[in-house]
Amino acid sequence: MTQVAEQGTSVIGKKVLRREDPALLAGESKFVADLDVPGALNIFVLRSTAANARIKAIDTTAAKESKGVVAVYVAADLESEWAGPMPCAWPVTADMKNPPHYPLAKDTVRYVGDAVAVVVAEGAEEAADAAALIEVTYEELPAVVDLEEAAKDTHLVHESLGTNTSYVWELNPNPEALERAFSSAKYVVSERYIQQRLIPAAMEPRGVLAIPSPIGGDYTLYSATQVPHILKVMAALTLGIAETKLRVIAPSVGGGFGSKLNVYAEELLCLALSRRHRRPVRWVEERSEGGQATIHGRGQVQNIELAADENGKLLGVRVSLIADMGAYLQLVTPGVPLLGAFLYHGVYHVENYGFKAVGVFTNKTPTDAYRGAGRPEATYAIERAMDALARKVGVDPAEIRRRNLIQPEQFPYNSPAGLVFDSGDYPANFKVALDRLGYSKLREEQAQRRASGSRRHLGIGISFFVEMCGLAPSRVLASLNYSAGGWESATVRVLPTSKVQVVTGTAPHGQGHETSWAMIVADKLGVPLEDIEVLHSDTAIAPHGMDTYGSRSLSVGGTAVHLATERVLDKARKLAAHQLEVSEEDLEYSSGVFSVKGVPGKVMPLAGVAFEAFTAHNLPDGMEPNLEASVSWDPPNFTFPYGTHLAVVEVDEETGKVELLRYLSIDDCGNQINPLIVEGQIHGGIVQGIAQALYEEAVYDRDGNLLNPSLADYLVPSAAEMPSFELGQTVTPSPTNPLGVKGIGEAGTIASTPAIMNAIVDALSHLGVTNIEMPASPERVWRAIQDAVAS
Amino acid sequence: MYPSKFDYVRALSVDDALEKIASDEEAKFIAGGHSLVPLMKFRLATPSLLVDIGGLHDLSYIKDEGDHLAIGALTRHTEVEHSQLLQAELPMLSYVASLVGDPQVRHRGTIGGSVAHGDGASDLPAALLALDASMIAVGPSGRREIPAKEFFKGFLETALSPDELLVEIKVPKGVSSWSYKKFNRRAQDWAIVGVAAVKNGSTKVAFVNMGSSPLRSTGCEDALRSGATIEEAAERAAEGIEPPSDLNASSEFRVHLAKVLTRRALEELS
Ligand SMILES: Cc1cc2nc3c(=O)[nH]c(=O)nc-3n(C[C@H](O)[C@H](O)[C@H](O)COP(=O)(O)OP(=O)(O)OC[C@H]3O[C@@H](n4cnc5c(N)ncnc54)[C@H](O)[C@@H]3O)c2cc1C
Repeated sequence: MTQVAEQGTSVIGKKVLRREDPALLAGESKFVADLDVPGALNIFVLRSTAANARIKAIDTTAAKESKGVVAVYVAADLESEWAGPMPCAWPVTADMKNPPHYPLAKDTVRYVGDAVAVVVAEGAEEAADAAALIEVTYEELPAVVDLEEAAKDTHLVHESLGTNTSYVWELNPNPEALERAFSSAKYVVSERYIQQRLIPAAMEPRGVLAIPSPIGGDYTLYSATQVPHILKVMAALTLGIAETKLRVIAPSVGGGFGSKLNVYAEELLCLALSRRHRRPVRWVEERSEGGQATIHGRGQVQNIELAADENGKLLGVRVSLIADMGAYLQLVTPGVPLLGAFLYHGVYHVENYGFKAVGVFTNKTPTDAYRGAGRPEATYAIERAMDALARKVGVDPAEIRRRNLIQPEQFPYNSPAGLVFDSGDYPANFKVALDRLGYSKLREEQAQRRASGSRRHLGIGISFFVEMCGLAPSRVLASLNYSAGGWESATVRVLPTSKVQVVTGTAPHGQGHETSWAMIVADKLGVPLEDIEVLHSDTAIAPHGMDTYGSRSLSVGGTAVHLATERVLDKARKLAAHQLEVSEEDLEYSSGVFSVKGVPGKVMPLAGVAFEAFTAHNLPDGMEPNLEASVSWDPPNFTFPYGTHLAVVEVDEETGKVELLRYLSIDDCGNQINPLIVEGQIHGGIVQGIAQALYEEAVYDRDGNLLNPSLADYLVPSAAEMPSFELGQTVTPSPTNPLGVKGIGEAGTIASTPAIMNAIVDALSHLGVTNIEMPASPERVWRAIQDAVAS
Repeated sequence: MYPSKFDYVRALSVDDALEKIASDEEAKFIAGGHSLVPLMKFRLATPSLLVDIGGLHDLSYIKDEGDHLAIGALTRHTEVEHSQLLQAELPMLSYVASLVGDPQVRHRGTIGGSVAHGDGASDLPAALLALDASMIAVGPSGRREIPAKEFFKGFLETALSPDELLVEIKVPKGVSSWSYKKFNRRAQDWAIVGVAAVKNGSTKVAFVNMGSSPLRSTGCEDALRSGATIEEAAERAAEGIEPPSDLNASSEFRVHLAKVLTRRALEELS
């Protein structure tokens, strides 16, 4: 199934089938729940049914006597297990409030789904049956659900803090100038948008299996995680286990989208209980349980203001938002708004910029990074607001954008928020997209449709996004108070038989790194793809790593692989020169063979070099044996993928149903290693963004009950709802890394939500509709039309 | 999600099924399992014994009986969808079956299970109600025929007694035109509102998900009988009906949708 790099032609840029897929499709790849360990205990976590309540009593007597039960624990029973609370790695401000958070809630529960007790039993069903026998007496307190109410501190999530505000984070380089921009503006638009909460709903629910070696004293933790390396460090610290005694393995992981970028109570519970019971301990999440117990995404109320001159040229952008933390700060909860904070002016040039985020606690599942994390929110706000500005100025939404785009000669672009956008040609990308869609023709069709009195309205939505990804350099992350680095490591090792082992610190969970990393190495070394093996996601095999999130893996991890391969090749060249008794400069390397320039037949294949490095019988003086190199790469800047996404919708005025007729995107993610994987990421990303626009929302009632944790009620869309996507590209290599790549994992999700919502509002704008909340359900759309027509 | 503990037996014949179901008051038949198993996983149904009728292949058939079509209770949705006989004689039923869930659901779910479950949100029961079908059941006291209008009683409640087995569904021929409008958000979803309209002599209109059971629109049917226009009849579609509110639609919106969809369905009939 793999394709071989042909003689002389590079494999880079070819649609190579993913080597991961056959075993996944045939069910051979193992997920945590597939791992069969003799003697494993199973746990069931009993979760709070109240959003905010004091625990008056927990009666576990009946549960303890239930069949198969080994033990039942509440918070007080496990206090001695924890060396510290659960980690939050992003204290965004020095005075950020971060209440202690432990795997089991003590005294007070703070969201529906908060863990109150854990049953340890032989079988998973037995644990579940026993949990049903536990009686918890709650004294219910008023639940803090609404964000703006939360900010008023009428009721508190954490009594001891005296406030629901966790932090206030501001970026306002020049407040006076910003003020002036707004007071001198011809046009000001003020928009308020709501980013509803989303349930990440990765295809594989979470799962954990902790295996102790009671005699040797070490532990192996299998977890469906995106971050085995971060998890290892954090779990070791939280449990007081030496880092050297803990090995974390992420086996096949079925998607994460940020929901597995965390350190969860169940991971710590399984480890702690395996230590206590000296037996393997397993936990596998139920789907509806995941709706409550796994982090949610989004959850913001955004206020965005644009100031523009008489031509609609932007003078200032001012943003103020409230971000929903949920009941506790998980691993990077408070940092999510910051990942958008610098991007609220989008792809448009503006001098004056102000941003403020208030993070508030609510009695709901904690939020955290979800595909795009902060950047979809930013893109949504600016792209919706640009449409509002176009309406106000009275020009076409495409025209308002053209007038404001950052121009190619402005790159590297010093943004008003302090970033340096790496590279881009925005007007060119924009033009390709509009031309390919047939934008002006569609506008004509729309006008005809309106004139005909049709009640099926045509709408065209534009979204032009730029995002920052790569999530490095480490120094910049430090300036944002992020507790980890942004580097990535790689080892490339040519074995005695000239097979190649690549060890990466990234932790793929559906992204196809095994394929892409092999392509990078094959391209450099000229060896067949199938001779290259990529190892990852096991801290014993890949001790250094920063894992996979934030579209960072290729631009940081892929670059590390590339650089390590170069180093291996440098060493090989030295060795070959020595053996062939020529100088390095006289050597050429092609298709896996060193040859001496101008001397036909004087050659040494990489296989020969590898074997010589292995036997070490005849190495140059001072050269170490083995053909291997390791690199830890910390890039000098983020990368800034961008692109135009366009949606064409038809809205049925009578039923409010939105039909998606076309979806076109022209993405620029720099150079593409494997366009097949790029397309796959764009497809999935677009659908996930459309899901926010049209289908998904974690709905809470006023008492803090999550009404739709199961997939029967939480509407994850499928291929059946989607048109065939029309994808295209422009290519502006990033100068940030030698591969010239930018990242594509989140682009679709960042771009598509506003494309859809702008299209719906565009379809109905002549009826007076200016905004519809997400998801734009038929009823919401219908009501928006009723309201607009009535007023 | 784990169901509570239960026993399981396979029925070898109709008589065997009746005997086994009578052996335990908390026993339930299981056919395709696509309505019952989800309820069990949520622990909303906790039968102590499942009597699996999935192996009763002689209850899987579609026959032309002259003035009506006879469909065995164990006939899967996919068979109803693809039956050449139905596509020729009763295309509406094939069409409605094609809209049930996704291919996996249609390969497991049975028409008998759908009818016996009596869910007001299901497609086939409402279609059968509009088609004036009748259900044949056998039980300890023999065989009886129940008209659809008397069959669906309330929320997951039908005229079947717990020890009765639904064996056949009879659907009269003579449909001159029909329309089925299923309104949902995602292709594989249950209907938010569905409308089945059938012209077979008079015009019959039935609703999906407008109440706790499949319902006939008496308002609309009365209006049409007394010569009202399509618009007028559609306006009366939800008369006397109080649909539920849920996350997909409020009761008020359902009423609105019922009117719009009824009008569109009636327009297709004429
Ligand atoms: C994901 C999903 C999506 C779905 N979408 C739709 C949809 O869009 N539209 C729709 O209409 N349906 C939908 N369904 C339901 C599906 O059509 C079911 O298959 C059907 O409703 C029940 O048929 P079954 O054979 O699976 O019945 P079962 O689940 O086996 O049984 C259902 C009930 O009927 C009883 N029963 C079954 N057979 C008999 C019999 N012969 N005599 C007496 N009692 C009997 C059982 O005891 C049980 O109480 C969906 C189901 C799923 C899981």
